[in-house]
Amino acid sequence: MHPYKQFSALLKKEILLELRQKHALYGMMLYIASTIFVLYLTLGDAEAETWNALFWITQLFICINAVAKSFLQEAKGRMLYHFSITTPSAFILSKIVYNVLLMGIMNVINLILYTAFLGDPTTSFFAFVGISLLGSIGLSLVFTMLAAIASKAMQQASLMAILGFPIIIPQLMLLVRLSKTAFSEIFRDGAPLQVIFLLLALDLSVILLAVILYPFLWKD
Amino acid sequence: MRIAWWKIASIILLCYAVVGGFLLPVPALSQLGETIRNLYFHVCMWFAMMILFTISIIHSIKYLNKSDLRHDIKAKSYAAVGTYMGLLGYSTGAIWASFTWADPNNPAYASFGSIMREPKLIGAAMALLIYGAYFILRNSIKDMDQRARVSAVYNVFAYTMLFPSIWIIPRLLPSLHPGQEGNPALNFNDIDARMRMVFYPAVLGWTLLGAWITTLKIRIELIQEKKILSNEK
Repeated sequence: MHPYKQFSALLKKEILLELRQKHALYGMMLYIASTIFVLYLTLGDAEAETWNALFWITQLFICINAVAKSFLQEAKGRMLYHFSITTPSAFILSKIVYNVLLMGIMNVINLILYTAFLGDPTTSFFAFVGISLLGSIGLSLVFTMLAAIASKAMQQASLMAILGFPIIIPQLMLLVRLSKTAFSEIFRDGAPLQVIFLLLALDLSVILLAVILYPFLWKD
Repeated sequence: MRIAWWKIASIILLCYAVVGGFLLPVPALSQLGETIRNLYFHVCMWFAMMILFTISIIHSIKYLNKSDLRHDIKAKSYAAVGTYMGLLGYSTGAIWASFTWADPNNPAYASFGSIMREPKLIGAAMALLIYGAYFILRNSIKDMDQRARVSAVYNVFAYTMLFPSIWIIPRLLPSLHPGQEGNPALNFNDIDARMRMVFYPAVLGWTLLGAWITTLKIRIELIQEKKILSNEK
């Protein structure tokens, strides 16, 4: 089959699976809701800086939880089946696109609940929405690759955090920095644009690395 | 001992670096004083660490190409000695910082937390955390070939993600650490000509010493794994 067709078939499979096993999706939503509720009870009124930092930390944990299951749910037998009928790049790209979509949805839910419970200290909310979507793309890309790596080892969930945190630090720092534009902090002309380009370049390099490296993980 | 010219060179260079480092004249700077001599040890540790990590990733790529377990052993050993060099870099840096940065009159550098926010320290912490994770990952996979393959993939992935970050973070944060715009001590305006006479040999000497330790480790492991390796061929 043509690689592009393989890719779209795999992506369709992922989405169908998710829709048929809704409990995982609802579980994720409940995870977000209860995290934010706990924050709301323990924090009370949050200042802009705290709000921003906590938002990105919750994004990080949501991402780990949402993306981790994408490889955990693949049983050994099914991986073997995929191995025999698809190419590794089509497979990893379908996982990446699916995780980006999933994380995008979770991101929107997270934002809605955040503003509902913890208020909205941003001065330009739509800029923040855009930045958070950009951030969720980057997070889900990196963690898809790490989930693929961790799925080969024991204690996958905690291993993913250990493997991922040092790698994600620079992206998180860039994102926290960038989101301050939405809190009416004044930036040098063109500085936010520079950061956006940097983040996009990082995303691109993660995709490239995933396509190059995944074939080695794939054979058992 | 297998005698090779570079091992002798390492001994000579290090003797020169230690003796010269303590005795040769250095520029008198009011804030640094004689602590400036730590440059020959502290900065060299980081150089050695980065060079050893680079050799490690080259062996990881070679492993992915050829699936020869020898390369996996080499990649692991270079990463281990590199991590050790990084820890030494931290301790020499901590001694240096306690003389120059820790100033009771300056609240910005009064606590451990404020010092750890130095971009160079964040980069170094990331590198050490990544290689810590690398060893955890290795230990959590039982199958030898799979362990070699998965950890090689992580090594390549993490290393390539680390480099842009080391380049990005310093531009985001203010810093007291010298060498704001790139590599400290490499820039020609950064470092006095007299110091360069000792600094470059010292870098080379420490790196060669690191490589020497690693070759010993590799040889021990090759003997330990002899059975598996000879079965492979």
